[in-house]
Amino acid sequence: MDSNDKALVFGEDVAFGGVFRCTVGLLERYGRRCFNTPLCEQGIVGFGIGLATQGYTPIAEIQFADYIYPAFDQLVNEAAKYRYRSGGTFTAGGLTVRAPYGAVGHGGHYHSQSVESFFTHVPGLKVVVPSSPAQAKGLLLSCIQDPDPCIFFEPKMLYRTSVEEVPVGEYTIPLGQAQVLREGADITLIGWGAQVHVLAQAAQAVADADGISCEVLDLRTLLPWDVQAVTASVNKTGRLLVSHEAPLSSGFGAELVAEVSRRCFLRLEAPPVRVCGADTPFPLVFEPLYLPGVERVVDAIRATVRF
Amino acid sequence: MEFLGGPLTPSSPRIPCYRTLDGTGKHIPDAVVPHDLQQQDAVALYTAMAKLQVMDTICYDAQRQGRFSFFMTCAGEEATVVGSAAGLDPRDMVFSQYREHGVLLWRGFSFDDFANQLYGNSLEPGQGRQMPIHYGSKELNYQTVSSPLATQLPHAAGAAYAMKLDGADTVAAAYFGEGASSEGDFHAALNFAATLGAPCLFICRNNGYAISTPANEQYAGDGIACRGTAYGMPAIRVDGGDARAVYCATRAAREIALRDGCPVLIEAMSYRSGHHSTSDDSSRYRTREEMVAWRARDPVVRFRHWLVANAWWDEEREKQLRHATRQQVIEALEKASKVAKPPVSALFSDVYADMPWHLQEQLQETLQVARRHPHLCPPDMPVQ
Repeated sequence: MDSNDKALVFGEDVAFGGVFRCTVGLLERYGRRCFNTPLCEQGIVGFGIGLATQGYTPIAEIQFADYIYPAFDQLVNEAAKYRYRSGGTFTAGGLTVRAPYGAVGHGGHYHSQSVESFFTHVPGLKVVVPSSPAQAKGLLLSCIQDPDPCIFFEPKMLYRTSVEEVPVGEYTIPLGQAQVLREGADITLIGWGAQVHVLAQAAQAVADADGISCEVLDLRTLLPWDVQAVTASVNKTGRLLVSHEAPLSSGFGAELVAEVSRRCFLRLEAPPVRVCGADTPFPLVFEPLYLPGVERVVDAIRATVRF
Repeated sequence: MEFLGGPLTPSSPRIPCYRTLDGTGKHIPDAVVPHDLQQQDAVALYTAMAKLQVMDTICYDAQRQGRFSFFMTCAGEEATVVGSAAGLDPRDMVFSQYREHGVLLWRGFSFDDFANQLYGNSLEPGQGRQMPIHYGSKELNYQTVSSPLATQLPHAAGAAYAMKLDGADTVAAAYFGEGASSEGDFHAALNFAATLGAPCLFICRNNGYAISTPANEQYAGDGIACRGTAYGMPAIRVDGGDARAVYCATRAAREIALRDGCPVLIEAMSYRSGHHSTSDDSSRYRTREEMVAWRARDPVVRFRHWLVANAWWDEEREKQLRHATRQQVIEALEKASKVAKPPVSALFSDVYADMPWHLQEQLQETLQVARRHPHLCPPDMPVQ
């Protein structure tokens, strides 16, 4: 907001600070550059596209990823195709859409969804998911500066539970690059967002109990994803486990498994496995059973290593 | 306790329709004409409308002959589109639906430009990626057309808001049909524009049909203009077949939008004389009598009568214009048909600003496919 006076922050309830306090203080510091919009996701994104065509840097908030669907047409048919269909004459690249996503313990159907795979299937968009405060800052700044429209999904569980030192100055984390959180030799665990911490826990558990050495990758950008980091890791370990909260079938894990199976086929010691949410709407009282918790991940690691 | 409104009856009050020329093109004696057209401007307006008619006719026939895959005319709506275009500033950003190529013609899009897009050749900015009639022009401030209806309306609201923040003396102008105004994006756009204060013109071409659906199956209220009031913006209904009225209304709306930093809604009543597109045969859902009655009120003829009455136009000039335009359009189509198609790589560029690894891989694979199976490539498409 300081370095780019065409940066605008808008959406529902952002002016008072936002339902997750993500925009606290912006109104006081930047005045009319942080403003509320009417309650209308297709309007928020469509309006943002219009701003972007005029050279502005719109940072639009969708209050919950569960409510992003009214904006699906604007994101898929308009923002994603704006550059391609006009041969670069016009672009909506300045647009960044932020949305809290994922399980929060009590969110049920409509405050817990992981919607990333609807958008990883859309050529022209970028899809980014941070796993920690420091990642969030660097990745969000990259999205804002990126010349293509980006969707930034913030794991809402981590708003309050994740605490770390975040550098004060401006820095960016490159899009399209995964991060190796833990090096290992026996199996590659891949996740994003809050699930990365579940994988880290599982890795420690099997190291302690079974002497299994896990390599943990935080994918960070899902579209485009870091094929080099992923294949390098699987070529090293020979085993792949992908884990996401989103339902199993047609989740983004399927894409990773398909590509790794093709590229690392002769190196694989076991079938790649996915540990994911159930193929149901996100349930309330069943949440611990629905989610791919550390117990299920540990079970799958052991089964894969013993294949 | 009184409930306002309800289903329209013949005696229900309706928003009046602003017009300055009657059905035969005669000036209406006490009509309000804040920006009367002098000879030069009137002739320019008429010339553009006549050229538009000629281009539409030839291109429609060219599609029927198989020269390109698709076309849409704006027959019956020339006055709505050209009249409003003339009322805008060339720097105003236009967000069109798909039937407003008259705005492009008015602003200087050449017959070559049109033809290149229709043929999807290497000279058109869209690089053959979209169907015909999906024109766009940065120089002429005309956003590239996209097929989904009404999606351009919130864009226009956002663009206008940006102009306001910039302190610019321009507006955004969004065009749409009465059918598109049923879409959610219409509601979103008008509500945002009014609530946030965006200097945006929302110009509705109420042409009576959304493909085969007549207007009385599209809405139950008093058309589109009444919705402006509901959202808190000024609105006007205008005779879309009266080029001078449309011109005046657009200029006035533009002034209001800039002065007050607010949106304005214009509902231009007209009639879609042609089929929805080359994929449509409207004789399947409307009568010859209806079409004949409306052709008798052709907006181009109406305006010509007014010019002739002012001694600004005559038969000879009419013949020359139509003949010359015919030649030019035919030539342009010929020329465009001979230009090479874009290269294979244009399938993969511009998806992103920089081509990511997976598209680079797919491009290489596709080039191999094109070499191995040359019949899959159009004959004049460079395999590179």
